[in-house]
Amino acid sequence: MPERPRTVATHCPYCALQCGTRLTRERAGVAVRPDADFPVNQGGLCQKGWTAPAVLTAADRLHHPLVRRGGRLRPTDWSGALDVIADGITRVRRSRGADAVAVFGGGGLTNEKAYLLGKFARLALGTSQIDYNGRFCMSAAAAAGGAAFGLDRGLPFPVTDLGAADVVLLAGSNPAETMPPLMRHLGAPDLVVLDPRRTATAERAALHLQPAPGTDLALALGLLHVAVTDGLLDRDYVAARTTGFTEAWQAAAGWWPERVERTTGVPAADQRAAVRMLADAERAYVLTGRGAEQHSKGTDTAAAFINLALALGLPGRVGSGYGCLTGQGNGQGGREHGQKADQLPGYRSIGDPAARAHVSSVWGVAPADLPGPGRSAYELLDALGTEDGPRALLVFGSNPVVSAPRAAHVADRLAALDLLVVADVVPSETAQLADVVLPVTQWAEEDGTTTNLEGRVLRRRRLQPPPGHARSDLEVLHGLATRLGQPGHRYPTTPKEVFEELRRASAGGGADYSGISYERLDAGEALHWPCPDEAHPGTPRLFLDGFAHPDGRARFAAVEHRDAAELPDARYPLIATTGRVLAQYQSGAQTRRVPELVAAAPEPFVEVHPDTARRAGLVEGALARISSARGTALARVRLVGTLRSDTVFLPFHFPGDGRANLLTGDALDPRSRMPEFKVSAVRLEPEVRA
Amino acid sequence: MRRVVVVGGGAAAHRLVAGLRAGGFDGSVAVLGAEPRPGYHRVLLGSVVDGTLRGADLALPAPAAEVHAGAIAAELDRDRRVVRTASGDEHPYDVLVLATGARARQPELPGAAPDRVRPLRTLPDATWLAAAAGPVAVLGGGVLGVETAVALRARGLDATLVHPGPGPMDRLLDATAGRLLADRLGQLGVDLALRRRAVGHRPGELLLDDGTAVPAERVVVCAGTAAEVGLAERAGLAVRRGVVVDDELRTGDPRIRALGDCAEHAGVLTGQLDPAWRQADVLAGLLTGADQRYRPGRQMTRLRARGIDLVSLGPAERRADPAAEVVALSDPARGRYATVTVHDERITGGVLLGFPRAIAALTQLHDRGLPLPADRLALLLGGPAPTGTAATGAATTGAAATGTGRVTAPPVLCHCNAVTRDALVAAWRSGARSVAELARTTRATTGCGGCTEEVARLCDRLRDHDGIEEGAA
Repeated sequence: MPERPRTVATHCPYCALQCGTRLTRERAGVAVRPDADFPVNQGGLCQKGWTAPAVLTAADRLHHPLVRRGGRLRPTDWSGALDVIADGITRVRRSRGADAVAVFGGGGLTNEKAYLLGKFARLALGTSQIDYNGRFCMSAAAAAGGAAFGLDRGLPFPVTDLGAADVVLLAGSNPAETMPPLMRHLGAPDLVVLDPRRTATAERAALHLQPAPGTDLALALGLLHVAVTDGLLDRDYVAARTTGFTEAWQAAAGWWPERVERTTGVPAADQRAAVRMLADAERAYVLTGRGAEQHSKGTDTAAAFINLALALGLPGRVGSGYGCLTGQGNGQGGREHGQKADQLPGYRSIGDPAARAHVSSVWGVAPADLPGPGRSAYELLDALGTEDGPRALLVFGSNPVVSAPRAAHVADRLAALDLLVVADVVPSETAQLADVVLPVTQWAEEDGTTTNLEGRVLRRRRLQPPPGHARSDLEVLHGLATRLGQPGHRYPTTPKEVFEELRRASAGGGADYSGISYERLDAGEALHWPCPDEAHPGTPRLFLDGFAHPDGRARFAAVEHRDAAELPDARYPLIATTGRVLAQYQSGAQTRRVPELVAAAPEPFVEVHPDTARRAGLVEGALARISSARGTALARVRLVGTLRSDTVFLPFHFPGDGRANLLTGDALDPRSRMPEFKVSAVRLEPEVRA
Repeated sequence: MRRVVVVGGGAAAHRLVAGLRAGGFDGSVAVLGAEPRPGYHRVLLGSVVDGTLRGADLALPAPAAEVHAGAIAAELDRDRRVVRTASGDEHPYDVLVLATGARARQPELPGAAPDRVRPLRTLPDATWLAAAAGPVAVLGGGVLGVETAVALRARGLDATLVHPGPGPMDRLLDATAGRLLADRLGQLGVDLALRRRAVGHRPGELLLDDGTAVPAERVVVCAGTAAEVGLAERAGLAVRRGVVVDDELRTGDPRIRALGDCAEHAGVLTGQLDPAWRQADVLAGLLTGADQRYRPGRQMTRLRARGIDLVSLGPAERRADPAAEVVALSDPARGRYATVTVHDERITGGVLLGFPRAIAALTQLHDRGLPLPADRLALLLGGPAPTGTAATGAATTGAAATGTGRVTAPPVLCHCNAVTRDALVAAWRSGARSVAELARTTRATTGCGGCTEEVARLCDRLRDHDGIEEGAA
C-alpha cells in the first residue's frame, strides 16, 4: 500500500454544505480543521464537523462482516458473508422473481457508490425495486423544481451569491441549527423566516411568519395573491420568461390575505410585509427546506414558493433566485445517478427510451435488459415481506428503522424479510435487525466525489485505511455481483474508474458530469454541473439564458391548498412536528457515537408550550408520552414559550422509545412520494414509571 | 346518480364541482349560471374597485362540468326532474343543487338615474363603480360598505359612508369599537354620515334625511342581501328567509339540495363564503358516498380593508353574558381596542381592532375551540408569553433544568459549538487573548459566526477588567 499523506483536503461527512476541511493524522488521532479557502464554509465548522473524526474510532465500529446464526450476529469472513448473501438472493429470485430483491440506498453515499449501487440493482439483481432515503429529503422540491425549471439542482447558483442579497425568504428551514456555516452567507440579507417554531434562525429574522404546521401551501398561495393585489408582480418577466401564470393565479386568487390568516395564523399585515420586502429588494431569494417540503402536499408547496419567486421575477437572474436547501451530505449527487426508483444516471428518467438506450449502451446491455421504475422509498419499505413485495433487502448508508415514517411498522416489515443485509460503519438500529452486516469504509477512509447543495462536485479524499476488515461499498458490490454471475469488469472497485464510467453515463443528461474529472477537481477547479466537456468551465449559475424547458420558459404550477392528511381531533388534539437539532445528524447513527455531541444533545426531548404542558400535567424535565394513532414515543419535556400552543416538536435523531417517527404516518405526496413527516395528530401525557 | 345539475355559477358551485370530481364522481354535471359570464370570485370585487385587479383576474378556474352561462333557471318540474331555463332549455337531473346565491337589496332612491345608483354585487357593478370619476356615496355602513368606502379611497376617490346606525358595523361592534373604527375611517379619508338615511339623489349629490346633501357623482348601495329563493318557492319547497335545508343540505325533496347564500340551515343564513364552501365540501362528500354532516362553524367576520385590522368573533349577544370572563384592552390613542369573552378557557366572542397579530392568533383559537394561553395580555399584544426558556433545542444543550422551568445551565455563547461563557473565560485565563485564539482553543465563533461580536466584546471586557469577570462569570 502506498504511503498515505499525513494531511488531506476533503469535506465534512455530514450535511449538504460539504464544508471544506483538512484532515491530519496526529499521534492522538485524526484532527480536523476547517478549510478557510473553501467558499461555502469560509473557515467555519459546526460542532458535528469538528468532532467527526470520533466516528472513525467509534467504540462499536464494525470491523468484521457479521452473519446471524442462532439468533445472534456473529463475526465471519468476507467470503463467507458474501456467499450467504448471494445464496439468499439467488433463492429468493428463483422462487419469487427478480423484483423480490430490493435495494435501499442513501443520500450520504458518494456519487460513485450511488451510481454503482443503481447499476448493481438494475443489472446484477435485475430488480426495479431500488430507492433511497433521499426520497424522505429532497424529493418534493426536486419534483417541483424539475417541473418548473426543466431541471432540478438544489441551488442553481453558488451559496456565496446569497451573501450579496438584500432579502432572503426561508420557508421551513432552520440553517442556524441544521447547517450553521450557511449563516455566514445570511448575515447581511434581511431574513424572512416561515416556521411554526421560533427557531434559532427565526430569532435572527427581520420578519418571522409562524404558520400552523401543514399550512405552508396556503401561505405561499397567499403571498402570490398579495404580490398581485399589491401591485408587485413583475409583469415583464412573467410575460417574457414564464408560462402558466394565469392558471396559477386562478388558484391563488382564492387565497386573499384574510383567508390565509384564518387558515395559517399568519397576520394579513405580515403577509403583505413579507412580499413587500422581497419585491423591494434589488436582490432576493426564496429558499425552501424540509419544513415546507416534508408533507403529503410537499411538491405543491415547493411549487407554490417557486410560483412566488417567478411572480417576483427572481429565478434565472444573477443575484436572485429560488433554491432548495438540500439536506444530506450527497443529497444532490445521490439523486442524480440512479439510486432513485424512477431514474437512471445523469438525472435521466427510467421511462425515457432515449435515456434507456444511452445508459444501456454505456453498460453494455440491451435497453430491454433495464427494469422499469420501482416503488418509492416508503412504499418499498411498506411492501417488504408482503405477498407481492420484496423478500430480500440490501441497505446501504441508511437507517430506516429510525429515519423512515411509521417506524415501528417499518421495523415489522424488515422483520418479515427472508434476508436483510445492511452495509454500514457502525451497528445502526437497522443493522441490528439484519441477517448479514457488512462493515464498510467511511469518509476519511475513501476517495470519491460528492455534489453539494449548489451542484458543485467535490473530492472526498482518503486519509487512512479503514479499521479491521472494513471494505469499500464498491468492493462489496463487486464481490456480490461476481457471485451473482456478473462480469467483474462491470463493477470497478476504484472510485476513479467508477467516476470515469459515471461521466460517460451522465453525458447528455440533465446532470451532465462528462467534463468533470478527478484531475480537474484535484487541480482546484470549482466545477458545478452541467459540465459537458473537459473545456467547459462548469455552470455555477443555471437558467441565466433560459430555463431548461424546450421553449426556455419556466412553468408556473396551478396548485391548490389542501389539509394535512391528519388533523387534530378530540383524541389527538395537538400537532407533532419533527425536525433536527444542531448536535445530531439524521438518524444519529454517527453523531450519537460522539461523546461531545451526546453531551450537547443527549436524549429525546419534546418542545411544549408552557400552557399546553400545564394542562397535560407536565413540567420542564418531566418524561412525556407522546401518542399518535401509530404509536407512542417517550421524550423529556422542554418548555418553550414561543411555540404555538397547539404544536409540539420532537427531533427525530434518537432510537428506541424516543423515535419521533413512531408517531409519523404513511400519508405520501402523490407526486414525489414524500412522506408527511411534519404533521401528526398527537396527545401528550405524563409517563408514569414504576 | 348520473347527472347533477347545479343552479348557480358562483364560488360555492365551483367548489362543489371540484369536490364531486375529487370524490370520484364521473357522471355529468351541468352548471347553470344566471350571469352571462363564467364564474368569478365575488369576494374580490373590492379589488376591482380599488384598482388592484382587473375583472378578468377574478375568474374562477373552469369547473369540470358543462357550464351554461346566462342560463336563468325559471322553472323546476320536480315530477319530471327537469329544470327549465328562461330561454326554454331543459336540463334533466338526478340530483339538483340550488346554489342560487343572494341578490342585493336596493332601496328606492327618488330622483336617482339608473346609471348613478347601483348595488355592489356583480362584476359589472364593480366595473361601473371603478369607473367613477367623482365623489361616491356608499349607502350602508356594514362590512361591505366599510370595505367599499376604503377601496374607493385607495383609488383616490372621495367617499362618504352613509349609515343609519350610530356607528359603522354596529350590528357586530360595541360602541367603543364603532367609535374607533369611525376614527380610523376618518384617518383614511372616508367621510361619515352616521344616523342618516338617504332620501333622494340629484346630479352630483345625495340628499339625506336631515336636509343636508353629500357630494355623490355615483351612489353604491351596500344595504345587505336577500337569498335568491324564487325558483324554490315556485317549486313548492320550504322557504323561510332562505331555502330550508337539513344537516345533509337536503330540502324537503330528497333529490334537491341547497347550499350557500340561498340556503337556510338551522335558522341561519350565513351570507359568507367560508360556510358556503364548507357546505359544498360536505355535499360533495355526501354525493360521492361519504357519511358526513354540515355543522356550522364558529361565527367570524374579518374586515378586508387595507389599513384596518378588525375582527368580530362569535355572536354579539354572547359578549353580554355576565358569567363570562372578559379580557379587555382599550388604547384609543393608538386606535386599538380588544374585548374578548371567555367561557371555560375558550374564546366565545370578541372584537379586536388594531391588533393584527392577536387577530390572527385568536381567530385560530376561536375556530378550533382551543384554550387561551394563561397570559391573556401577552396574547392580545401579539407576542408569546415570556417564560425565560430558550426557544430552541440548541440553546439549552443538555441543560439540566428545574421543575419550575428555570434553566440552570450556564449561558452558551457559541451555540454551534456549545461553548459556554465560562469556557471562554477559562480559555482566556489559559492564555487565549484574542477572538482568533479563543476560536482555536474553544471553537467558539467557527460555526455560523453569529457570536463573533459577542466573543469580541467578552474579549475586550476581559482585557480591561480581568478579575471582575470572575465574579460575574
